[in-house]
Amino acid sequence: MKLIRIFWRRLSTPSKAAAGALLGMGFVGGILFWGAFNTGMEATNTEAFCSSCHAPIVTEIRETIHYANRSGVRAICSDCHVPHEWSDKIVRKVQASKELVAWAIGTIDTVEKFEARRGHLAHREWKRMKQNNSQECRNCHDFDFMDFSVQGQRSVAQHSTALASGEKTCIDCHKGIAHRLPDMQGVEGWQ
Amino acid sequence: MRTVTIAILLAAGLLPVAAQAQETGSAEIANVNSGGQSSLRGLTELDETRQADAFKQIPKDRSPFASAYVYQPPLIPHQIRHYELSTNANKCLSCHSFKNSRESGATKISVTHYATREGQVLSDVSPRRYFCLQCHVPQVDARPLVVNDFKPVDSLQ
Repeated sequence: MKLIRIFWRRLSTPSKAAAGALLGMGFVGGILFWGAFNTGMEATNTEAFCSSCHAPIVTEIRETIHYANRSGVRAICSDCHVPHEWSDKIVRKVQASKELVAWAIGTIDTVEKFEARRGHLAHREWKRMKQNNSQECRNCHDFDFMDFSVQGQRSVAQHSTALASGEKTCIDCHKGIAHRLPDMQGVEGWQ
Repeated sequence: MRTVTIAILLAAGLLPVAAQAQETGSAEIANVNSGGQSSLRGLTELDETRQADAFKQIPKDRSPFASAYVYQPPLIPHQIRHYELSTNANKCLSCHSFKNSRESGATKISVTHYATREGQVLSDVSPRRYFCLQCHVPQVDARPLVVNDFKPVDSLQ
């Protein structure tokens, strides 16, 4: 009985050094874990990672303005397809675990399979962009800083009315700006 | 050893001769007409590549071009970079079609685009008229190479 009491006392009153060491280990361990976690997540945001499954679509962007342009600023896949806000990003990354299954069973592992699924994939992204008011566009293209005096007449006509009033969002008109389009029959505003 | 020395000496003796031959050869080539072509775009020799002209800019937006002759396919007065025109999608029609032109304010495609070669009118754009860029093209801001005094007929002026 006495032994137990001594043992208990040792547990309930640890030495200051031990408590400090434990806290320190926890702190350093936390930093290491967090760093590794974020680095791992950023690795899944690179173009190389995306193209390991979506190769045909990654080459398509090369002829568009989001790849080659006058000023050399460019967007990569994750800039538009992964939310920038941390909590939204985690949600999207968890959803992506379903895409790992698609990868395992080879849903789009040939160009033909990919073409057949292009419409499905595109519609899903358009729906997502519509729901979050084209947030991924707006991460770079901020409406508040658009200068209508240097836009083309056609751009001003749309941006100063439908976009300004919130009636339309970017993706309503700007579909296929970085990819080739799927069959657009029945899509609003097309043909 | 002796043969080698002789060979080296011979080679050394021949070198200046060879160099001379080469010199006269190049001089001859320079005198020969190398088939250069002189045109409005400048003089180009066959054995050299002329510096390419700078890229011309397509104006972003402008008012419609006046027609130069009756039945001229109207020219495109704006940029069309990456406007998809394929079996999947036709970006032109999202403004210029009958359905969309009222809202967009763009020039409406003509009813002739709905007719087949035999004159049969269809319910939508005829496949032979679907690829807009076969007839309608954008214009760059380029100076004409020659003076052109063509004048459209009175009714188009």
